[in-house]
Amino acid sequence: MIEQTIFYILAAVAVIGTLLAVTEKHPVHAILYLVTSLFSMATIFYLLMAPLVAAFEVILYAGAIMVLFLFVIMMLDLGHPEKGMAPGWREWLPALLLSAVSIASLVTVVASHHATVSAYPSPLPIREVARRLFQEHGLAVELVSLQLLFALVGALYLGKSPAPPPPLPEGKGGQRPGEGVPL
Amino acid sequence: MIVPLEHILILAGLLFFIGMGGLLAWRANLIMMLVSIEVMLNAVMLVLVAGSARWGNPDGQLFAVFIMALTSAEVSLALAMVVYMHRRRKTVDTDAFCEMKG
Repeated sequence: MIEQTIFYILAAVAVIGTLLAVTEKHPVHAILYLVTSLFSMATIFYLLMAPLVAAFEVILYAGAIMVLFLFVIMMLDLGHPEKGMAPGWREWLPALLLSAVSIASLVTVVASHHATVSAYPSPLPIREVARRLFQEHGLAVELVSLQLLFALVGALYLGKSPAPPPPLPEGKGGQRPGEGVPL
Repeated sequence: MIVPLEHILILAGLLFFIGMGGLLAWRANLIMMLVSIEVMLNAVMLVLVAGSARWGNPDGQLFAVFIMALTSAEVSLALAMVVYMHRRRKTVDTDAFCEMKG
């Protein structure tokens, strides 16, 4: 019973945090609201018997990706909501209309079924998950690693400065590498 | 399953459509568009994990992990592209990038 209560509280926190993140004018505040929402989502994952996904949610999403967003916002100096980048009612109106229609149709379809708590299946141990991952989805793991490598190479190429690198300082050009360099 | 699957589906749908509305509303800001895409992918992960818990099959969790890896690659590449575009045009407004010839 306490788990159901925690689930509904966390669901409310996730929805409210996401709403505030989407409607916030300041990008840094939006990222912080989204981090709150992601933490509650991680706890929901833990309640749904997926501790691996919960840990990755905290480490990767809230830890790495959101920090990357914050880093880019601060590096490009985008945290100025007064520059008029926020959408006005002309942008919000079609978005609200489409979202409302989609949410209403989804709730109608889902609520037509009788919601029952299903039988409690056996919890999934991490050993079983890892065995399934590396024995049956080994090719997918390799593909994901290749994809991360491609992303790394692409990010390096895009982040390369267009200007030619400055010449080496005088006095070091004639030295062979590893010679006379104090360690 | 501690709660009915339908409630989790409604929660995931709410999050997905909030993200979709944000994506449609923040058309002028690349960073907020990427944030909204994050919200949508997170909702999809919630559906996969809920299905995994409902039927006792670990494949849903594995697909959620794959989505997470995909998202990290996508975000790193997209943010590198945002930095590149900001270096060229000094803005992140998508209307400034409506032509390919730069």
